[in-house]
Amino acid sequence: MQRPKSYQISFLLVVLALLLAWVLNISSGSVAIPFEAMLSSLFGGKIEVESWNYIIWNYRIPKGFTAVLVGGGLSVSGLLMQTLFRNPLAGPFVLGISSGASLGAALLLMGTSLISGFASFTLLNDITLAIAASIGSFLVLLVVMVVANRIKDTMALLIIGLMFGSITAAIVSVLAYFSTAENLQRFIFWSFGSVGNLSQTQVLLLAGITGFGVLLSILSIKRLNAFLLGENYAQSLGVSLKKSRLIIIIATGLLAGGITAFAGPIAFVGLAVPHLTRQIFDTMEHRILIPAVFLYGAILMLLCDTIAQLPNSASILPINAITSLVGAPVVIWLLVRKRKMLF
Amino acid sequence: MPDSKTSSISTNGLTIGYKSKAVAGNINFSCDSGELCAIIGVNGIGKSTLLRTLGNLQPKLYGSISINNQDLSTYSSGDLAKKLSVVLTEQPSSKNLTVEELIALGRQPYTNWIGTLTSKDKIYIQESLTAFLLKELRHRKCHELSDGQLQRVLIARAMAQDTPLILLDEPTTHLDLYHKVQILKLLQSLTHNEGKTIIFTTHEIDLAIQLCDKILILDGEQNPFGEPCQLIENEHFERLFPEEMVVFDPKTGAFKVSK
Repeated sequence: MQRPKSYQISFLLVVLALLLAWVLNISSGSVAIPFEAMLSSLFGGKIEVESWNYIIWNYRIPKGFTAVLVGGGLSVSGLLMQTLFRNPLAGPFVLGISSGASLGAALLLMGTSLISGFASFTLLNDITLAIAASIGSFLVLLVVMVVANRIKDTMALLIIGLMFGSITAAIVSVLAYFSTAENLQRFIFWSFGSVGNLSQTQVLLLAGITGFGVLLSILSIKRLNAFLLGENYAQSLGVSLKKSRLIIIIATGLLAGGITAFAGPIAFVGLAVPHLTRQIFDTMEHRILIPAVFLYGAILMLLCDTIAQLPNSASILPINAITSLVGAPVVIWLLVRKRKMLF
Repeated sequence: MPDSKTSSISTNGLTIGYKSKAVAGNINFSCDSGELCAIIGVNGIGKSTLLRTLGNLQPKLYGSISINNQDLSTYSSGDLAKKLSVVLTEQPSSKNLTVEELIALGRQPYTNWIGTLTSKDKIYIQESLTAFLLKELRHRKCHELSDGQLQRVLIARAMAQDTPLILLDEPTTHLDLYHKVQILKLLQSLTHNEGKTIIFTTHEIDLAIQLCDKILILDGEQNPFGEPCQLIENEHFERLFPEEMVVFDPKTGAFKVSK
């Protein structure tokens, strides 16, 4: 906390890496576009094929922007949870927040059609999906918070998060059993996760939610730092526990819930990125960690999305699978290497 | 240290505990500026509960606590953080903090919304590092420290908070005799040289008798309070433990195992 300046070079490198990852991300996709053509399109130059211009500006750039928001936002929410729950293994996926969002989405996509078959179409749009998923994640987060207050054992908390995941999976499969094939398909595609296919309004809405969540996180920096000592110490430093917890939870719920609503449940980013970030930014100061974690998450998401696109092929892999393939080994590697995870 | 920073704490008919169950009652004591006070008593009698209650980390049940003759509950949390700092038995949640980072957190009541350290804050942090012989360890992570070193860091953090009143819960547990004495001597010098008021709970009764100005004995009934020699004269230490196990020797001020 003494010399935040010493991380300036690291920040510069990370920002450069982000730009590289972004260029890589938008230069690859199912349609092969030559690199020079892409650059000239970006800088408003002439381009041989008009459809390339359209693909870059209307598909790839919004997708890259979404990936930045999703990766950065999820990672910041993971960082907030690790500090709030004093647990290095906390993250939106592990604590069942993503499951809650899934449940909200599943109830909306498949449940409403059970209750009133015809009304569901009018109810179903992006906004209601986002609201349902956010409500689901908020509810789970509140329950986890209540449990965390009663049970001081952090391992128990993780197990409860996993149980929430199981309960959600069970309810979803019951809903799926009674659901129409069409609605089931919509849910399955949502649950694969995707940063593409978002309309301009959706991207803007996502940017608004993520921006607000990050803003709340930035306003909580001082409290988050105090929480590193433990709640009693934080209180003795003049931090109001109830108010701080509420603000941090709202920030986490907005980030994790909002992002999951639009991009589907994306695993491991929130858990793994804060630990990866600390490999370079070896500090606990949230003033440095919040921007660093956001940038790192954005890079990771852009890279995962680039892989998921399977460059020059028409098929797209579910991004949720890619992040798990990347994230899970990282967590194992960290645990094995350090024997214990510190946060 | 300026006179305006002197502070006294006193309780009147204080009962502590939890909503469902009172832990200890009839607690009356007062500590003035420049005094080192120990709270002693058998396990489970409520020493830590009393300390947390004094630190406003837990609500009291009945009675009153005043700091500078003003009721504890009338202080805002921000003001109280400038009056009173605590050192608890719980370890910091994050062991990944460096020594310097942890001590810097003690400056939070004085920093702006994002916690920027001013040059004045940095002076306090440096002074704490020097006073507790932590300069060499400043960039170490907490999980790399020994118990004694971590305890020094936690006390240094409380000192960086620059409060006239410091409460410590069992600051000498898990330490060997040398480090116990080292910590208690540091506390004594803080009270006598800088005019701070320090209250700590301890099981080191013989050390407390030698080093403290006042002692509060929690026995669950009268809770006698006074200077160590007064308490010895009135034979309060004799009643602390069952006689068939340990006896108190008033001449040496120490306990001996009954033969």
